[in-house]
Amino acid sequence: MKNVVIIGAGVIGGAVARELSKYELEICILEKESDVAMGATRANSAIVHAGFDAKEGTLKAKMNVRGSEMMEDYAAELGVKYKRNGSLVVGFSDEDKATLEELRVRGEKNGVPGLRVLDREQILELEPNIGEGVTCALHAPTGAIICPYELCMAEIGNAMDNGAALKLNFEVKSIEKCDGGYKISSDKESVYADYVINCAGVYSDVVAAMAGNGGFEVIPRRGEYMLLDKECGSLVSHTIFRCPSKMGKGILVSPTVDGNLLLGPTAENIEDKTDKSTTAAGLAKVRMQAGEQVKGINFGKIITSFTGLRSVGSTGDFIITEKDGFVNCAGIESPGLSSAPAIGEYVRDLLSGAGLELVKKESFDGSRRPMHYFKECTDEEKNAIIARDPSYAHIICRCEMTSEGEIVEAIRTNPGATDLDGVKRRTRSGMGRCQGGFCSPYVVEILARELGCDYTEITKFGGESYINIGKTKEVR
Amino acid sequence: MKTRELTCIVCPRGCDLIAELDDNGTPIRVTGNLCPRGKTYAENECTNPQRVVTTTVRCEDGCVVSCKTNTTIPKSLVLEAMKVINSTVAPAELAIGDVIIENILGTGADVVATGRKSI
Amino acid sequence: MMNSKTVNEFNCELVIIGGGPAGMAAAVAAYEDGLRDILILERDDNLGGILRQCIHNGFGLHRFGEELTGPEYAYRYEKMVREYGIPFMTDTMVTSVSSDRVVTAQNCERGIFKVRAGAIILAMGCRERPKGALNIAGHRPAGIYTAGTAQKFVNMKGYMPGKEVVILGSGDIGLIMARRMTLEGANVKAVCELMPYSGGLARNIEQCLKDYGIPLMLSHTVVEIHGKDRLTGVTIAKVDENRRPIPETFEYIACDTLLLSCGLIPENELTKAAGIALDRITNGAVVNGNRETAAEGIFACGNVLHVHDLVDYVSEEAAIAGHAAVRFIRGEVDKSLSLSLETDGKVRYTVPQRITELADTKIYFRVADVYRDMKVTVKAGDKVLYQKKKQKLAPGEMETVLLTEDMLREAAALSDKLEISLV
Repeated sequence: MKNVVIIGAGVIGGAVARELSKYELEICILEKESDVAMGATRANSAIVHAGFDAKEGTLKAKMNVRGSEMMEDYAAELGVKYKRNGSLVVGFSDEDKATLEELRVRGEKNGVPGLRVLDREQILELEPNIGEGVTCALHAPTGAIICPYELCMAEIGNAMDNGAALKLNFEVKSIEKCDGGYKISSDKESVYADYVINCAGVYSDVVAAMAGNGGFEVIPRRGEYMLLDKECGSLVSHTIFRCPSKMGKGILVSPTVDGNLLLGPTAENIEDKTDKSTTAAGLAKVRMQAGEQVKGINFGKIITSFTGLRSVGSTGDFIITEKDGFVNCAGIESPGLSSAPAIGEYVRDLLSGAGLELVKKESFDGSRRPMHYFKECTDEEKNAIIARDPSYAHIICRCEMTSEGEIVEAIRTNPGATDLDGVKRRTRSGMGRCQGGFCSPYVVEILARELGCDYTEITKFGGESYINIGKTKEVR
Repeated sequence: MKTRELTCIVCPRGCDLIAELDDNGTPIRVTGNLCPRGKTYAENECTNPQRVVTTTVRCEDGCVVSCKTNTTIPKSLVLEAMKVINSTVAPAELAIGDVIIENILGTGADVVATGRKSI
Repeated sequence: MMNSKTVNEFNCELVIIGGGPAGMAAAVAAYEDGLRDILILERDDNLGGILRQCIHNGFGLHRFGEELTGPEYAYRYEKMVREYGIPFMTDTMVTSVSSDRVVTAQNCERGIFKVRAGAIILAMGCRERPKGALNIAGHRPAGIYTAGTAQKFVNMKGYMPGKEVVILGSGDIGLIMARRMTLEGANVKAVCELMPYSGGLARNIEQCLKDYGIPLMLSHTVVEIHGKDRLTGVTIAKVDENRRPIPETFEYIACDTLLLSCGLIPENELTKAAGIALDRITNGAVVNGNRETAAEGIFACGNVLHVHDLVDYVSEEAAIAGHAAVRFIRGEVDKSLSLSLETDGKVRYTVPQRITELADTKIYFRVADVYRDMKVTVKAGDKVLYQKKKQKLAPGEMETVLLTEDMLREAAALSDKLEISLV
């Protein structure tokens, strides 16, 4: 069987892994962090774009429209929440209206259905809380929202259920050609591959160069976001984009599939690929613009703010190319999430074209139980589960009502959580109003017990992010 | 006349006290106190400040249990007392009030358990 | 044992949600009035609530006439509950309360079950405000905890969250943890307080900070967080009168831990979901003198009603609710009066907010700022019913006024409002 190594466990690496797991292949996913979905996948706008943004004829446009088309069924099969809420690009002037018309024409060329430019009255019917200065909007009914890290976990979990391997904390340091394939090494170990797919996000230029397959650059672009309490989630029902202008693309105001309200992102090219800090200026900008687009945002209800780094390729388009069995998936900035399932297929075809024989796996099962299935159960259904395993009645997170059983399951289910943030992303434990104040000491305990390690070894998100530094009485 | 301003720690009211001191630093008059305990506090605080120590002690089974000195000890000995408590291993089974260390540092105070084990 | 696939239901005269100091004191009061069909539902693995981790002393001077630590105070009540044989369930989470007094809860033994209650006492306590960290720019490393979470790690679990500590906010838990971390060998470098005064008790500033030479930096805040994996430092700054950081005062402090002590919020998710009206200032239910909420037969007491600085007052208030709940069950509550309490702004809030029964009623209140030599005044119309001079009033310290039955009778004849103010 041929070996395929995928570098990077984000939503793109996940889509490729999941697609390839349908075939008789040895798949190994390498990830430098302690969990999947730790790069751009963790922090982005969580939007499935309708596809009017990308210039016609580009790979971005092609992948976006196809991905958007696939996403509803793709998400359903993987048990991932998806909501086609529609989007509005709002404008504040006649100049903006002209831009919206251009976008509509471009979108139609790209094959986006149902695009309409609305006046203020029509907008108010859809969104009564739209900002006072908004005069026009482009309505795209096929725009949708999804949780990107939930999608990524489902893709990788499903690929693993179908035989793929995941190696966490594996930071690729070198790639050598050998025996018609590749030797990929970290500081500690090496793996061999007949085919390699580079889905390393902001590091994909570095990884490509290691394999002698570079020649492009990926610039991290900082995007700062704010997340508001669920109390605010119904302020708007559509995703409210801002009309792109000379001043840039602007931010969005959107409900999330979990019912929160998301504001952001800013856009600032930076040099440091590890810099995920927020800035006072960036957060102020998000506040200011969001307030213009939508009125009545209660900034007192901010739960958290965060930064995502988008991978901006130097060619202006997605870079998805193959040479000697090495595939680059680079520069996958927005609409990368929307494009993910399409990129999975595209890479499969590239590999096939490069001579990889694809034999369908008889045992492949593409379905996955939703991550939050327990929360969706009726009381009677829950009691049936509790009767089998009483730990599902033991509530650990008071705000999100997450039980010990759900947390243990998140640690044991592919791809298993290994740290506090991993548990949080999978179960919502610690994501609520108290932000883990009550539950984190208990979650640390469950992690230590399940992973068979000491309490002090548990981290927030891998690396040196230790929760405790030692025992009392012993710290000096 | 030298004076010293103090915040009473005897009760949550936290009275602002003023102690008038003689040449040896001994208080001769205390004002600002709403009760007689404030006066005693100020007098002690100027001559021999005292504190109760509340902390935890490690038990044989690795758990911690809360404990305290059952009376005040000189403030200057608090950190020294912590060293003694931190190097003590208490029995795994402790009831509230059980003496863990007798007469710590010769102060006359015992360290007693104030809690039971958390599971 | 639970019967799978069904949801069990049973009746109980008085259900008390929360087995902390409020819930236990309410249960004891109800028991002492002769009620026996009581059930306390506690989410943690034992009775005692947050007091179990408050291992410092200073509790019980009013209630027991001696100075106790948190666990000792809790144990006094736990003993009464156990000796009286008042039924309680631990590791039991209440997931909903309805205004017609059906409580839904779950635990490992029974699964999800429902209790139809004659009366309910809400005693869920409060939680820490995590907000302090939210708008701070910078990274999101490990090493940032609320003071209460750190307290749980250190006092209950026996682990040290860090060694070089900065504390943002000077609430009592933050002050207590400054001393606690110091005693365990940590170096607490500063306590920054956004306001020009501390929200903590003066005695805690004295014995937790001054005793150990820990600086209290008033009108200061944290403006940036440094460190990608684990916290490596914070930038702090002085703030102007509008609480905006002054750029020239930015100062970097190396540390591996930031503790947040930015206030407490009553935990009223169940109350809100039951459709019970909350007071915008206390964040607790609006109640009458009996601590009965707008939903008949549902009472609230302790920190879920308003944040107390002394557990002794929590017990006192809980007993009021406990006694009243028994009278409600027996149909003995009189609601002939309708007086609402109004404040002047200097007095921020009162509990209760309404008086519906003609009986001696103790009013608890907090002030908005530090005031000296003011007179606490209660008026009905133009008539002054009560006035008392106070040397010092501070936001961190709860005050009380006792309104006698006679005063209330007089007030009701004059107005439907009572105004409480500082003059």
